[in-house]
Amino acid sequence: MKVPLSWLKDYVDIDEIPIEELSRKITVAGLEVEEIKFVGLNPPVGDKHDFKVLGMPWDKELIVVAEVTEVGAHPDADRLVLCQLNDGEQVHTVLTGAPNLYEYKGKGLLEKPLKVAYAKLGATIYDGHKEGYHLTKLKKAKIRGVESYSMICSEKELGISEEHEGIMVLDDDAPVGMPLADYMGDAVLDIAITPNIARDANILGVAREVAAIFGKDLKEPKYDFLAEGDPINGQVFLEIKEPELNLRFVLGLIKNVEIKPSPEWVQRRLRLIDQRPINNVVDVTNYVMFDIGQPLHAFDYDVLLERAEGKTPHVYTRTAEKGEKITTLDGIEHNLLPHNVLVCDDKGSHSIAGIMGGTETEVSDQTTTVLLEGAHWNYINIRKSLGNLRMHSEASYRFSRGVHPAMAERGVRRGLEFMRLWSGGIVSKGLLDEYPLPTADPVVEIFSRDVRRNLGVDLSLKEIGKILSSLGFSVEIGEKSLKATTPDHRLDIDHDPIIAKADIMEEIARIYGYDNIPETRMADVLPKQRANPSLEFEENLRDLLVALGLQEIITYRMTSPEREGRRLPPEVKPDNKPYVELVNPIAADRFVMRKSLLSSVLEIIEGNLKIRERVAVFELGHIYISSEAGPLPDEKPRLVIAMTGPRQNTDWQVKENLGITDFYDLKGICDEFLNGLHIENFTYQGHDHPSFHPGKCASINVENRQLAVIGEIHPAVHAQHNFRDTPVLAAAFNLESLIESAPLRHDTVPVSVYPPILEDIALIIDEDIPASKVEALIDQTGGKTVTNVRLFDVYRSEQIGQGKKSLAYSLTYQDPDRTLTDKDVAKLRNKIVKRLERELSTELRDA
Amino acid sequence: MLEKLEQIKLDALAAMDKITDQESLLVWRATYTGKKSALMDIFNQMRELSKEERPLVGKRANEVRQDLEKRYEEKQSEIKKELLKESLQSEILDVTLPGRNLSHGRLHPTTQTLRRIYKIFAEMGFQVYRSREVETDDFNFTHLNMPQHHPARDMWDTFYTNTEGVILRTHTSPGQIHAMKEYFPEPIRVILPGMCYRYEQVSTRSEMQFTQVEGLAVGHDITFGDLKGTLSDFARRLFDADVRTRFRASHFPFTEPSAEMDVECFVCNGDGCSVCKQTGWLEILGSGMVHPNVLRAGGYDPEVYSGFAFGMGPERLTMLLHRIGDIRNFWRNDMRFLEQF
Repeated sequence: MKVPLSWLKDYVDIDEIPIEELSRKITVAGLEVEEIKFVGLNPPVGDKHDFKVLGMPWDKELIVVAEVTEVGAHPDADRLVLCQLNDGEQVHTVLTGAPNLYEYKGKGLLEKPLKVAYAKLGATIYDGHKEGYHLTKLKKAKIRGVESYSMICSEKELGISEEHEGIMVLDDDAPVGMPLADYMGDAVLDIAITPNIARDANILGVAREVAAIFGKDLKEPKYDFLAEGDPINGQVFLEIKEPELNLRFVLGLIKNVEIKPSPEWVQRRLRLIDQRPINNVVDVTNYVMFDIGQPLHAFDYDVLLERAEGKTPHVYTRTAEKGEKITTLDGIEHNLLPHNVLVCDDKGSHSIAGIMGGTETEVSDQTTTVLLEGAHWNYINIRKSLGNLRMHSEASYRFSRGVHPAMAERGVRRGLEFMRLWSGGIVSKGLLDEYPLPTADPVVEIFSRDVRRNLGVDLSLKEIGKILSSLGFSVEIGEKSLKATTPDHRLDIDHDPIIAKADIMEEIARIYGYDNIPETRMADVLPKQRANPSLEFEENLRDLLVALGLQEIITYRMTSPEREGRRLPPEVKPDNKPYVELVNPIAADRFVMRKSLLSSVLEIIEGNLKIRERVAVFELGHIYISSEAGPLPDEKPRLVIAMTGPRQNTDWQVKENLGITDFYDLKGICDEFLNGLHIENFTYQGHDHPSFHPGKCASINVENRQLAVIGEIHPAVHAQHNFRDTPVLAAAFNLESLIESAPLRHDTVPVSVYPPILEDIALIIDEDIPASKVEALIDQTGGKTVTNVRLFDVYRSEQIGQGKKSLAYSLTYQDPDRTLTDKDVAKLRNKIVKRLERELSTELRDA
Repeated sequence: MLEKLEQIKLDALAAMDKITDQESLLVWRATYTGKKSALMDIFNQMRELSKEERPLVGKRANEVRQDLEKRYEEKQSEIKKELLKESLQSEILDVTLPGRNLSHGRLHPTTQTLRRIYKIFAEMGFQVYRSREVETDDFNFTHLNMPQHHPARDMWDTFYTNTEGVILRTHTSPGQIHAMKEYFPEPIRVILPGMCYRYEQVSTRSEMQFTQVEGLAVGHDITFGDLKGTLSDFARRLFDADVRTRFRASHFPFTEPSAEMDVECFVCNGDGCSVCKQTGWLEILGSGMVHPNVLRAGGYDPEVYSGFAFGMGPERLTMLLHRIGDIRNFWRNDMRFLEQF
């Protein structure tokens, strides 16, 4: 919402308030000033601003009000004219190409001199010929043989608006010689209007807030209009068919209007707020909307008369019929829905209520009689209609946020008076006013303790009353409480007394000043603490994985079946469980919620492999599985680890890398990770999973519970990604199983003070017996005394024989209570070897 | 004998002066204090001395031996020092060569910021409460004082799913209702973190997916002053002990009164810069007193209970703290970005 200070001054005296202070205070009170554009006035000095500041001051010496007394032809150029201009000190000949001066060319001394903005030699203005705003300083130049050193300015050259078609013409009473900044220097505040202050989307609304905040009086406009024509009664009939949707409808009539441009000051005000002036009737409807907040609509009465075929026009409002269509001002045909409200006459509908008028009945250059509409429309219904019609206007913006029905009458009154003044018409006496369901303005009872309880400050009823009165509430102070009646320009105070109280608290806080409410700490009891094991578990996971050298990533949860399909070889069909699908995706390739975290992670690996060889990451996040139990999907937590590339980056000392990351690197990480969680007795078993290499895939299990599937990505899946040649390893964990398997606490083993004995044994064994069996058997047989079994070599050779391998283990023997002798160790070793021979047919290899 | 002893000492000390290395020192020790040394001969000849002479010579011989041994020790330590000095001088590294390559893991920046937020609020008694991301329209809007067609619904561009009434949550506020329903009638202090979604074109400033942390305090006599105190404390912990905060009236459908909290720009100290867009203030979070309808939706009687709520974006905070210009960095997961945290 753009607010020129000059316009604001119509309603509140702000002469002594510096612009930045004004902006700062209304910002804190909820009218956030997003930008200040200085149009002629001096921006504050210094570098420190609380606001984004734009615009340019007008030099008081060099830019002044002047008058053009005569417009003559240029000897050499048709498109240029030479103006005789008086700046109050002397007369100049000024060259200009403004088309709006052509009509005066060669007419001799003007009957009524034209008041203009004159920039003298050396003045800084905006370059009117360049896109955007670029400052330029006026210098002497010769244009087509005529010397030029000064300029009659357009609005663009002064930074008022984009207007550069012609020079800016001032009102006739502009005093010649006065610095332009003093005559019309301005600043425009751009204020963000939140829905709760929709009533402030107009100058009067902002002025009311400013008055309340600064303790000034509001100069409420008069809504009188001079009516000298025949009464409106009998010239038009009015009917509301759906009073719930159209609470009020007010009509006024003005005849003998002359359609022409609005007065210069009106056009300028509209342009200052980025509105395009059209003519003196349409501008009234716009002006009143920005002025006091009531959108108006002007009909050409003669067209209505014509449509009524000579009878008295009958205006009524109703909802659309099934299949009904309408063409609006912008030439677009709309299919209507049954909740859309229409303004109609006997010949049919002609506008969509509160949203846009129709072409046929709109005001044209030939219009002489105007029927002016001010109405109230149900804001929820307007919103619904905007939804299906997909159109927006300044009027519908206001109607969709709620305009009080009382404003309809005020708007029409003010509109008629402006039309009379600007177009010379004659206003018919009286108004037609249908108001079948008058709105009751809520009365709210407030106690001092309410303010204490909600805001934490102590205010007397008198102080509360003063604040509310300043906002227009009528206040009745009783012994223990006060009753505040909501003023008839706002709809935001609720009818529920408890909600209304909260609404009023906000008003008190805003005007009392958020800054003035002291910071305190909660005095209420501390709630009891609750255990949150899943969060703590997840945070612990993250710490463990980071400590293992993995980078955490967080990816998009939205994907597409095609994207996710890449995690499977082409011949494997994904499961047919339905996706959670978006009906309005923002990206064509992200329209479902993911069912696979592995997919997300592989995409990130892929992206990073463009820039480096080694990537090792993990993500902890949800997948979304449609549920049969209800409309909401299951959100299942998953963990995926993935890595690829060299084990270590080479550097100046490590010339050759330490090999390429493979299955056992990932397994090592998984082991350490599970050890870190103190999960015991987990085992690896060969496993089949379509995403993984069939020979390099395992499941991790505890008892019968599967914790994870790990392995090397299947070559066919690898090929579907833009990976490098190195294998990509991944582990996909089910977080729920992990949590179930992780103990809440774990025991420690005492550290033995007795020396350990280390011994190596090498065993020849059939190739197809997994190492884990050998290890398990050693463990079992060794009992407590064998404290560590470490595989340190796997060896195959002809000597050992086809289909055989040699496994070399380093065993640590240690007793917690005594020093072991060689004899003890030999005895135990024999027992282990015998059992291995018996159960796995191993053969001890000579050391 | 005594003269002989003095001579032995003089000879030994003179020889010692010439010694500079360990080997010669060992030879010296053998020569002057060893079993076959002249000094030992004297000890061996003691028996032949008279009763009067014996203690005198014995005493002197012991003194000489001690002196020589002392001298030996001294020399020994001199030589060691010298050796150390030489070795230190010969082992000078080029300390500017790079260290060995280690790869270490890091938490995602969003996780890091979330943890800082958790920690600060935990110390104020706020515990983490998590709830689902795919939500019902009721929990995301209706229970939060936004019935169908409420104008405030416009503030959130929503992703709708193909199941009627099921959406992706646009904020973590549905968690407020879940928490209240679960905890009633206990007092509540929770923070609600998690992923949220908005139907917004992805740009440097906005994402269709982002994390949010909301907070909720419900109890007896909790005031707007408490809201200001709690959130200003948070800002001072997160940014700087001296940071100034500003509360601006604003509007959220689920709170009333509502406020946005700004902190003085920590890049320019409020002088105005590109980070704060010349305003000197940075918008940090939205907050307000819990709306009576929201308390009711959670089962709490607004005439008995009051409370405040607030919400902030960890990505935005991270961007401000580290001057990140493009929010898309967060889910793009380029290692060159992530490794800067």
